[in-house]
Amino acid sequence: MQKTHDHKALWLVAPALLLVAFTAVIPLMTVVNYSVQDTFGNNQFFWVGAEWYREILQSDRFHAAFLRQIAFSATVLAIEIPLGLAIALSMPKKGISVSVCLVLMALPLLIPWNVVGTIWQIFARVDIGLLGYTLNGLGVDYNYTQNVGAAWATLIIMDVWHWTSLVVLLCYAGLVAIPPVYYQAARIDGASRWAVFRYIELPKMSRVLLIAVLLRFMDSFMIYTEPFVVTGGGPGNATTFLSVDLVKMAIGQFDLGPAAALSVIYFLIVILVSWAFYTIMTREDFEPSGGVR
Amino acid sequence: MNAPGKKLRAKYFAPTLYIIFLMTPIYWLLTMSLKTNQEILSAFSLWPKNPTLANYIVIFTDASWYSGYINSMIYVSMNTVISVMAALPAAYAFSRHRFLGDKHIFFWLLTNRMAPPAVFALPFFQLYSSIGLFDTHIAVALAHTLFNIPLAIWILEGFMSGVPREIDETAYIDGYSFPKFFVKIFTPLIASGIGVAAFFCFMFSWVELLIARTLTSVAAKPIAAVMTRTVSASGLDWGVLAAAGILTILPGALVIWFVRHHIARGFALGRV
Repeated sequence: MQKTHDHKALWLVAPALLLVAFTAVIPLMTVVNYSVQDTFGNNQFFWVGAEWYREILQSDRFHAAFLRQIAFSATVLAIEIPLGLAIALSMPKKGISVSVCLVLMALPLLIPWNVVGTIWQIFARVDIGLLGYTLNGLGVDYNYTQNVGAAWATLIIMDVWHWTSLVVLLCYAGLVAIPPVYYQAARIDGASRWAVFRYIELPKMSRVLLIAVLLRFMDSFMIYTEPFVVTGGGPGNATTFLSVDLVKMAIGQFDLGPAAALSVIYFLIVILVSWAFYTIMTREDFEPSGGVR
Repeated sequence: MNAPGKKLRAKYFAPTLYIIFLMTPIYWLLTMSLKTNQEILSAFSLWPKNPTLANYIVIFTDASWYSGYINSMIYVSMNTVISVMAALPAAYAFSRHRFLGDKHIFFWLLTNRMAPPAVFALPFFQLYSSIGLFDTHIAVALAHTLFNIPLAIWILEGFMSGVPREIDETAYIDGYSFPKFFVKIFTPLIASGIGVAAFFCFMFSWVELLIARTLTSVAAKPIAAVMTRTVSASGLDWGVLAAAGILTILPGALVIWFVRHHIARGFALGRV
């Protein structure tokens, strides 16, 4: 679409900018402010420069939480993206069953995150939960409050339960937007099911798939509420992801300086990765809108 | 093609299995909400032996429970209205015009959608305490615009770019002023986009807990936070907890039903 140069359009953006600046810039400056100072109470602050950053970047605690976070995000992405794609491909294309499927699948996305945690906390308990009770009945040694492997498995299955539908809905939106002409052409050429997927559906879905990967990366990288409710970061520190660690540090121990430095580092990592995705996403048609139409 | 019935069944196998996987934990929550706490703890059964609504009655008669739902509804609605109203003109600007720093502003807005809420919890607390808004609905509504305005702009911009420019130009030639054109002609054209944007603002404000909990103590405490209190305080009344959980799922289910025709496109942020 042709766009006109009009700097007055900034006025249209102004209300949104002011609101976001108020909710984002002021708190972010507070964080940056804390990250370069130390305090001995009494509201007296001392300039310490990059000391907290050095301390965080060299601490084993940060490395461990960071590695756990990467492992978690990588695992859920590796499961949710192919699974979501496969389910979207096998969904009905028209009729009442489409609405039913979409509504039922979208349901987990609209459950408050701590309720998701509560649902799984109950469902996986060994005494009153269907999953824990059944697994133990089958002779599997499963207890997510004591067993590291079980805690990880519970959190990963919970995340798959919670978010795979997002990938399904995105892929499905991409699929139904493919004009029928493409399929007709493929049938005339006698293309196999695999060829249709590889040369028609996958390229046409590349854009929504990128959005799916981006959203799932961001949200899994920021996950806090669900592991906090289910495992509380335990057993030990086995499921203490970055956000869980950060809240422990900031609100539990009230170590403002290190927590603020960790916040800034954390935010920068997320932005950096997201920027990389965003650049790839908009490379072909760099418009804020993009949109293959 | 010679056995369409069999093929049909094989085709729907995966979605059906997936939906069963999604529904099982919710079913478990539902059965627990219909049991008494004693039945939950004493015997393991797949369905309630003596279904009871006692847990729901507890919630509807105890102000500390049901006020949580009212508080959540108030700040979620406020946030949805603020976010969509602020995002509409901004999305129009990004969709129609080039201006100083447009791409940078767009990406900067998006970075706020990427900001981990845990980073903002403490500074939000200090900011809203210092201006006297701590424990008010508007504080949570404003704090949630952090991720909802960028998202709303992104979605609306996708829908707006699907409307041909010629419509704008024709309207201006016909003598419409910008505000009149925007309200009378343009807004009806992107009504489904506005619906989807509102749905997403509702959704993300409704499901967020960390910020909402940090910014409230009594007067504006959201239902999600009321639930965490119950877990830590008693840790026992599973039936009431399950009933409260079921009640938090209902608003989402209702809202989805209204936007079901646009939901797929909406999740693709209007860009398919």
